[in-house]
Amino acid sequence: MSNDKNTQNNQQDLPVLPDANGHFGIYGGRFVSETLSAALDELETLYIKLSKDPAFQQEFDEDLAHYVGRPSPLYFAEQLTKHCGGAKIYLKREDLNHTGAHKVNNTIGQALLAKYSGKKKIIAETGAGQHGVATATVAARLGMECKVFMGSTDIERQKLNVYRMKLLGAEVISVESGTKTLKDAMNDAMRHWVTHVDDTFYILGTAAGPHPYPMLVRDFQSIIGRETIRQCDAQIGRQPDAVIACIGGGSNAIGMFYPYLNMQDVRMIGVEAGGLGLAGDDHAAPLCKGRPGVLHGNRTYLMEDENGQIMGTHSVSAGLDYPGVGPEHSWLKDIGRAEYVAATDDEALAAFRDLTRIEGIMPALESSHAIAHGMKMAKEMSSDQVLVINLSGRGDKDIHTVAGIDGLDV
Amino acid sequence: MSRIAALFLELKKTGKKALIPYVTAGDPNPTVTVDMMHGLVDAGADIIELGVPFSDPMADGPTIQLACERALEHNTSLRDVIAMVSEFRTTNTQTPVVLMGYLNPVEAMGYEAFAQAAQKSGIDGVLMVDMPPEESGNNAKIFADHQLDIIYLIAPTTTDARISEIAKFSSGYVYYVSIKGVTGSAAIDVADVSKNLERIRSRVDIPVGVGFGINNGEAAAAVATVADGVIVGSALVNKIAANASQPEKAISEVQGVLAEMRSAMNANQGS
Repeated sequence: MSNDKNTQNNQQDLPVLPDANGHFGIYGGRFVSETLSAALDELETLYIKLSKDPAFQQEFDEDLAHYVGRPSPLYFAEQLTKHCGGAKIYLKREDLNHTGAHKVNNTIGQALLAKYSGKKKIIAETGAGQHGVATATVAARLGMECKVFMGSTDIERQKLNVYRMKLLGAEVISVESGTKTLKDAMNDAMRHWVTHVDDTFYILGTAAGPHPYPMLVRDFQSIIGRETIRQCDAQIGRQPDAVIACIGGGSNAIGMFYPYLNMQDVRMIGVEAGGLGLAGDDHAAPLCKGRPGVLHGNRTYLMEDENGQIMGTHSVSAGLDYPGVGPEHSWLKDIGRAEYVAATDDEALAAFRDLTRIEGIMPALESSHAIAHGMKMAKEMSSDQVLVINLSGRGDKDIHTVAGIDGLDV
Repeated sequence: MSRIAALFLELKKTGKKALIPYVTAGDPNPTVTVDMMHGLVDAGADIIELGVPFSDPMADGPTIQLACERALEHNTSLRDVIAMVSEFRTTNTQTPVVLMGYLNPVEAMGYEAFAQAAQKSGIDGVLMVDMPPEESGNNAKIFADHQLDIIYLIAPTTTDARISEIAKFSSGYVYYVSIKGVTGSAAIDVADVSKNLERIRSRVDIPVGVGFGINNGEAAAAVATVADGVIVGSALVNKIAANASQPEKAISEVQGVLAEMRSAMNANQGS
């Protein structure tokens, strides 16, 4: 490392996690009904084998280079930096990936696993539709049948992505149970998987769920942080003071954070959906306001009531509208290695407009949460400091939502 | 000996099989549940599996999802469910009661607090759908310390080695999930179940109940020829759903389905 301060690392390296049972401290694990145990064992065995196979890694790397368009740029947002008048702001441009978000890094990896598994059908859950689109995309390329489970509330607010998935040949299954959002889509995807476990591969979209998903999604997304480290060295000659990413399930954040875990001088900040504000219940910020519990196959921080029932969440961005979070983030919060904050709907919308007008880059509403907090931080930092914000996705899919807020029908 | 173990021993003497109905506590509303439990016993239930409503019942089909939603409209909590069993026990000290549900309400209440309250109320066993043996850890010990049997699921996909592992943790009975799927999804294939039961019995020395996909007397009787217990849920909960506004009718309709199963099972067993 070229920067002195990053080499002054007196603290011991963090343990390599998850452990053999998929635990990150008390978090993670495999809390599933028995029917899925064999499928998850099989997936874990396959992944452990392939992750050590240079041919698999090469295939993954080549797909990322030639199909996704990696490496994604690390862009110095000079105008935004001037606007904020503090730390230098760099954007990791995951929005420039094929399909428009970081989600595709993971679906490329899991699609390769699906191919090696010999299973012929793919399912996925989706919130904002980005993971659904990225899954439908890889399924089209592999010629595999694809079903995407999506809450009916999300189908309404992400019409464009729904149509994209259909164009790609996927079947979008409307989920009418519960709160009709991402958590319910995940329930129904699991239910479908239990029933069709022999011929179906479940491409889970975030670094949550039962082991080995949090581990393998993290590993596939870690390309984000590994590239950022290389690019910071090459472009800035040092590592940033902090890396910032939005958190729903937390896959783009863990992808950015994981390679930085043992560079303890680099702060890691996850930005949850503050919705209408953390004072009330209308948000999706389990790390800020929730407590540990068990949902969707893992122990992690959850938004739940005093009786352990999962609460409905609120966020202007469908992709963050989830009551849980990946278990590794829960662990990072408890050990204090990462910090977790929230940005409200209004702050995210303001950041969406700012980045669009100031840099000519339209961020996804999810990523706008990270932008909002990054701008706030930059203003309080000095000009020789550096922030990297993970711009996890582009905002085209949200134009309909933003126009609606503006009272327009486009 | 636990109430569950004693029951199976007694049934074995007479050559009978256990009929084990499932209903969701608080469905269609919390005031019905204790009457429903007594009604189940009157119609031939040997053990009652009482569902603890959860907002995200991942292993359940639409029938039990909706039952959970109806119960949660009345905020039926785990503490409420335990109180219902206490009330049931004031007049019934015979029929074993197993709480079936998902882990998070127990996690929220606290394992020790739950186990104490459950034991005090007269609950005999717990079946946590999303708590496989490898995640049971210290919880299994806490449950056992409070004389709660722990019922685990075995699925068609469970390997032989894993069945042996599950057997080590299980008490009361094990629950064989007869189909790959969620509750209430497909009809049972008795020949397939029979084959799998051989596999299970050579590794498990406690009784085996079979559930999922048993929706009439004929299916119940067929399963009873190979299993120690017949577990029925969605077929009953459908009757509750259809009569949600008339709880008394819901109870009698549920009793009708259960009684038909009981008599078909008895006829088949020549007793």
